[in-house]
Amino acid sequence: MKAATKTNLKLASLVLGMFCFGFALVPIYDVFCEITGLNGKVSGPTITEYDENFNSREIKILFVTKNNENMAWNFTSEKRILDAETGTAYTVDYTFENPTDYPMVAQAIPSVSPGKGAQYFHKTECFCFEEQLLQPGEKLTMPVRFIIDPDLPSDVPVLTLGYTLFDITESHIKLQASN
Amino acid sequence: MSAVIDSHSDDHHHGPAKGITRWLYTTNHKDIGTLYLWFSFLMLFLGGAMAMVIRAELFEPGSQIVSPEFYNQMLTNHGLIMVFGAVMPAFVGLANWIIPMQIGAPDMALPRMNNLSFWILPVAFGILISTFFMEGGGPNFGWTFYAPLSTTYAPPTVTFFIFAVHIMGASSIMGSINIITTILNMRAPGMTFMKMPLFTWTWLITAYLLIAVMPVLAGAVTMMLMDIHFGTSFFNAAGGGDPVLFQHIFWFFGHPEVYIMILPAFGIVSHIIETFSRKPIFGYTSMVYAIASIAILSFIVWAHHMFTVGMPIAGELFFMYTTMLIAIPTGVKVFNWLSTMFKGSISFETPMLFSIAFVALFTIGGLSGLMLAIAPADFQYHDTYFVVAHFHYVLVPGAIFGIIAGVYYWLPKWTGNMYDEVLGKTHFWMSFISVNITFFPMHFVGLAGMPRRIPDYALQFADFNMVISIGAFIFGLTQLLFLFVILKSIFAGKQATTEVWEGAKGLEWTVASPAPYHTFETPPEVK
Repeated sequence: MKAATKTNLKLASLVLGMFCFGFALVPIYDVFCEITGLNGKVSGPTITEYDENFNSREIKILFVTKNNENMAWNFTSEKRILDAETGTAYTVDYTFENPTDYPMVAQAIPSVSPGKGAQYFHKTECFCFEEQLLQPGEKLTMPVRFIIDPDLPSDVPVLTLGYTLFDITESHIKLQASN
Repeated sequence: MSAVIDSHSDDHHHGPAKGITRWLYTTNHKDIGTLYLWFSFLMLFLGGAMAMVIRAELFEPGSQIVSPEFYNQMLTNHGLIMVFGAVMPAFVGLANWIIPMQIGAPDMALPRMNNLSFWILPVAFGILISTFFMEGGGPNFGWTFYAPLSTTYAPPTVTFFIFAVHIMGASSIMGSINIITTILNMRAPGMTFMKMPLFTWTWLITAYLLIAVMPVLAGAVTMMLMDIHFGTSFFNAAGGGDPVLFQHIFWFFGHPEVYIMILPAFGIVSHIIETFSRKPIFGYTSMVYAIASIAILSFIVWAHHMFTVGMPIAGELFFMYTTMLIAIPTGVKVFNWLSTMFKGSISFETPMLFSIAFVALFTIGGLSGLMLAIAPADFQYHDTYFVVAHFHYVLVPGAIFGIIAGVYYWLPKWTGNMYDEVLGKTHFWMSFISVNITFFPMHFVGLAGMPRRIPDYALQFADFNMVISIGAFIFGLTQLLFLFVILKSIFAGKQATTEVWEGAKGLEWTVASPAPYHTFETPPEVK
């Protein structure tokens, strides 16, 4: 093979490789955020076994609910603030109501701040694990069950659990149409 | 075999074809270089006209001339056209003209691909500009096209924008493969890597940067396309995606991209300073290593563009320190240029004037870059006119002055005629003064808190903005003089000698002026 052809092939494969790398950045980014707890991404429904004699401590938990723009639902949590202890399981109810006159699908996206506390926020059950379909005027109450890890760093006195509710009716219809 | 050689040598007697087909079908590196340069010049005036609209709107506070929607389109396309249409093709044009002559090669390694990579550029920009005449108008989300501005809230024409970017990327990638293959395989016998002229060196490294990051940009716009049309959620939080991811991918491309726009200028300025100081460049080896270090560092500093997105302190510190590290190789280059001039027998022809201005003003842009690199301070400067001042100092008196200097330096070799020195110097002084009137006050309004990308501003910024606009109008008009100087040199002027500049080093100064259509068919011997 001519030297120039060899160089060309090498460079072309570099181009292809970097195009794939661009897409590989998507999972890399997710994994990176999960490991570091950046972006308030929580580690999911892990149930951790704790030592009998862990030191529990008091912690304040704030609950924030927010609608993404153009989202018409009423979305509230039963509590705004909770004085909790680490290592104990709690349940908080959230209410969804679709006041429009057509069925809608919604997805709640959680975020815990400060980011460094996110990995210690273990949810065992959450409405955010699935999509919600509500008929016109329908109302629904769903729980979040969670445990705060006793290993939570002592310089985090307050954790905020925020949910943003997104209207995904349109992409839902698109997906169903393509299936 | 002999038949092949015969038919090949027949070609030279023909010379270039006549009429428009010469330009459409050409595979000659000099013709393609000329096409690239004229195209980028056209784009410079188009992007410049958009800058004039922006500055006219900002001449006084309040809504003056254009609607905010149209202002956003001007702003976005000014950035896109200057980056992808003016600066990058100008450098590729210079590379096409000069690299084969500097390394003693008869042409580029892949002449037909060379033709293709030029001719898809007008197509790409035709598509981009056509969006202005469609419903919804052109791109209006800033040249960085952050999602969701460019996905959820984009005008419907964004799909045309995406395809235009894909085509520009394909053109850059093909051009880069061509340049690397030429440099690696077609150097004259005896020209080792460490004997290669610095412009060739900077382009070799720039081409690698382009190959590494243009595909990532293609990936980013492909993800946008899928989010918009195919229901994916790469950048849409409702579907599990993340808009911040877009910024990471964009700046992974974007930071090497800003070095792509300056490294070849480093090469040009190095040649000019050694020629007009009548001394060999000081610290050639350190120059090469400095370019390579800057290129490598450019891959690990991208998030300094996004200090305010909410990174953890460790991330802020990492990107802050690596960014500051870049000042070291850049400083090496600046001191090498100064040392080359030190005790040199300097004469101040137009290319040298532009190069000295480059060193001084690029350093100002570099220093404001260091200020922006300080993460805690960046929270104050972020998205203000201070940032606008910073990147215009490195791009206008940086990249563009580098290109202009290169054009003046090699123009006699291209046209065979010397340019008009008086007009050239007038062009320089008008540009030098007006560029500073335009961009220096931007530092002040930025530090005082004027945000970038707005069609209106608070009253306390009014005086400085009027000064900025006046400077911008003078700078814009002055570039018409540049066009005149070039045209005059094509049609008239003192006959240039082979060497053109007293004591100029390099193989390109050993061929006749104007350079014959085919050069170095027999490779020269480099000692």
